[in-house]
Amino acid sequence: MSKPKPKVRKEVISMSKQGLEERIQNFNEVAFGYAEEEAVAEAERCLQCKKAPCVKACPVEVDIPEFIRLIKEHRFDEAIKKVKEKNSLPAICGRVCPQEEQCQADCTMGKIGDPISVGRLERFVADWERERGYDVPQKSASTGKRVAIVGAGPAGLTVAADLTKLGHEVVVFEALNKPGGVLVYGIPEFRLPKAIVAAEAEYIEKLGVTIKTNAVIGKLYTVEELLESFDAVFVGTGAGLPRFMRIPGENLCGIYSANEFLIRVNLMKAYKFPEYDTPVWVGKKVVVIGGGNSAMDSARSALRLGADEVWVVYRRSRKEMPTRMEEVENAEEEGIKFKFLSNPVRYFGDERSWVKGIECIAMELGEPDESGRRRPIPIKGSEFIIDVDTVVVAIGNTANPLIQQTTEGLEVTKWGTIVVDEETGKTSKEGVYAGGDIVSGVATVISAMGAGKRAARAIHEYLMNKR
Amino acid sequence: MYNIVTKRELVPHINLFEFSAKEIAVKTKPGQFIILRVNEKGERIPLTMADVDPEKGTITVVCHEVGKSTRQLGQLEEGDCILDLLGPLGKPAEIGKFGIVLCIGGGVMVAPLYFQAKALHEAGNKVIGGIGARTENQLIFENEMREVCDEFYVATDDGTRGYKGLGFLEELLKERKIDRVITMGPILMMKKVSELTRPYSVPTIVNLIPIMVDGMGMCGACRVTVGGRTLFACVDGPDFDGHQVDFEELMTRLKMYSPQEKLAFVFYEEGGSSL
Ligand SMILES: Cc1cc2nc3c(=O)[nH]c(=O)nc-3n(C[C@H](O)[C@H](O)[C@H](O)COP(=O)(O)OP(=O)(O)OC[C@H]3O[C@@H](n4cnc5c(N)ncnc54)[C@H](O)[C@@H]3O)c2cc1C
Ligand SMILES: Cc1cc2nc3c(=O)[nH]c(=O)nc-3n(C[C@H](O)[C@H](O)[C@H](O)COP(=O)(O)OP(=O)(O)OC[C@H]3O[C@@H](n4cnc5c(N)ncnc54)[C@H](O)[C@@H]3O)c2cc1C
Ligand code: SF4
Ligand code: SF4
Ligand code: FES
Repeated sequence: MSKPKPKVRKEVISMSKQGLEERIQNFNEVAFGYAEEEAVAEAERCLQCKKAPCVKACPVEVDIPEFIRLIKEHRFDEAIKKVKEKNSLPAICGRVCPQEEQCQADCTMGKIGDPISVGRLERFVADWERERGYDVPQKSASTGKRVAIVGAGPAGLTVAADLTKLGHEVVVFEALNKPGGVLVYGIPEFRLPKAIVAAEAEYIEKLGVTIKTNAVIGKLYTVEELLESFDAVFVGTGAGLPRFMRIPGENLCGIYSANEFLIRVNLMKAYKFPEYDTPVWVGKKVVVIGGGNSAMDSARSALRLGADEVWVVYRRSRKEMPTRMEEVENAEEEGIKFKFLSNPVRYFGDERSWVKGIECIAMELGEPDESGRRRPIPIKGSEFIIDVDTVVVAIGNTANPLIQQTTEGLEVTKWGTIVVDEETGKTSKEGVYAGGDIVSGVATVISAMGAGKRAARAIHEYLMNKR
Repeated sequence: MYNIVTKRELVPHINLFEFSAKEIAVKTKPGQFIILRVNEKGERIPLTMADVDPEKGTITVVCHEVGKSTRQLGQLEEGDCILDLLGPLGKPAEIGKFGIVLCIGGGVMVAPLYFQAKALHEAGNKVIGGIGARTENQLIFENEMREVCDEFYVATDDGTRGYKGLGFLEELLKERKIDRVITMGPILMMKKVSELTRPYSVPTIVNLIPIMVDGMGMCGACRVTVGGRTLFACVDGPDFDGHQVDFEELMTRLKMYSPQEKLAFVFYEEGGSSL
């Protein structure tokens, strides 16, 4: 205990990655994660701040200094328990949270050197635990109450885990054939291995939750019908409706929505075609339209599927890209090219109706819009043409509409998202709660989980006060 | 896992399957479809339901083996199970009291057309049925259709049974006042039917089955142009106004994966894929 304190290291401990040449040929995870001694060395850099700004910037308020201290002392099992008090999917958040905008943004250490790599440490303890097998916590006595969850994305899974631990009977209804939401159908294997998502879902099942896949609510049962046999319903159906630009030629062959492209590649494992049956077609020159996570994930997937050249066409500049910088850097490193301040106006096809060219227009940035980013304005007469044989339209998704269309008395915004009370997730309909992307529009995994936590608390209260 | 309760070969390469799927059976209306997957590596196969038995808790589909995945399904037997079964998807067909309704079906889609014809008949319409196939020994569901139709025609492309081609339809349209036409089958046939009815302004409903992935509005693979607007067949359809549909676009989009489909088929036939 009384050893003299060594001088604090300012530079972050780097995480080893797959070699460049190799990684653009496969779908294996890019970053390997810390080894034990690396994790401990990174943990030793943490200043254990009293007013920890990191905690305040984490949407679920993980007790960051405490779990890092436990890592420093090699008490990994306690460290993971500490993280899991607030975050039930740490292996996932450690990998995909935009940490540079959240827990690491105001890190005190960041003022004199590199911020502490909270995400990598979180990932380390989560992986450490998964390799050893999960401890399933004790359940509370049954309350006799039943809750239905619609959608097995991060929001739904969080509510499910929290409510089952409190003794409620929970059934999750998921339309796709696997639980995980965007984590299985959107985010590619090379950023988030699907075995991890499966392990987290299994853990939640071990807690006692029933996950029913292939169950589309609104078709198989309505929310109304669920309320007949459940005491409350949580809607976490996400924002999965692909947007198109509605410009001429958009239905030509070879033009995908990012959702179609990513569902084929991730959920249906088209990257293993023909061992897996679902095909995906990628030409020599691929253009991805958009600048968010879906755009980066589509571009990097296209490269791995054998494209010679992949361009990302984005209407604003690099600075405005709504995606993690770490992933933009990875993409650049891998050879993805960017065409900023450009926007497609129409597509041309060949005689077989396959896309062969895009007419784009150059943009300049004007005043900031509602999102606070500068609004792109087309420059007259600046049209130019890009040759192409595959296009992925990744300009964003909007709320899945099915529940709103089939549920009487559910208040909805003009964007199609469900209106809730921010603190509780309570909707305008008695016994119905909602959270995640279906309320906020596309946001982040951790914010969906945060909404899930709040809703779970409110649903518990509601159930315990109900006759 | 979903059990195959009945499997029957109707004609070579066209099989009827009855799956045990109670929850879906109770909810299904004519015109709706399911998506199934045979196993973990399987593709999602959309199939329109040809009947349901809510009491027994079963649904019936009829599937034509056209490529790898449908061939693989065709190789399963009674008592076997499939991994995934999702439904009911799509909007139900509009079943109202229209008067005289003409139901024109071709190929494998005669089976799901039967489900609609039956409902239309029960709703008090006079149903005229017309079914066709390439050739005589490819005709399916003839007896089933006869039972629910007040009047009935058979046609083949090569004239080996009944009328040759769609000539009978032209006659009917000329001579009778038809209130509604419903057509399910090959795109070229539905296109032809829509062209024939257009001069008579008979409302004509076509059933569009573009390539689909999720089947619930999340991917846009199934986009079709109807009346100049892009719609998603899986959630906005699959039934559309035949006089408004861009059939050419639909046909090209359906061929998008032809080279890959051929590869998958060869791979499968040579035993590369595990069942
Ligand atoms: C390609 C991509 C990459 C991303 N990368 C990141 C990242 O790196 N970091 C990050 O923090 N965020 C990222 N995001 C955003 C993040 O994934 C989402 O904000 C988050 O998944 C939202 O969680 P959710 O539970 O609200 O919804 P979802 O994850 O969308 O899950 C909703 C689930 O509900 C199901 N469902 C829908 N309708 C029904 C119905 N009627 N009946 C039954 N089930 C239904 C859906 O199938 C789905 O499984 C990314 C998003 C995309 C699209
Ligand atoms: C809503 C809907 C309902 C359908 N109902 C029936 C039905 O009741 N009975 C039946 O036999 N078939 C039906 N189909 C078509 C059936 O789903 C396809 O034939 C099947 O998915 C082809 O798979 P495959 O691997 O065997 O053939 P593939 O090798 O993939 O394809 C062979 C040919 O079939 C066509 N095709 C491929 N995929 C699809 C697809 N997803 N949808 C439509 N056509 C496709 C293509 O034109 C291709 O050239 C339906 C399709 C849809 C979308
Ligand atoms: S959950 Fe996300 S934001 Fe919170 S500490 Fe972990 S990585 Fe940081
Ligand atoms: S702000 Fe940074 S240095 Fe301070 S406790 Fe948090 S992680 Fe450690
Ligand atoms: S099949 Fe995906 S949107 Fe219709």
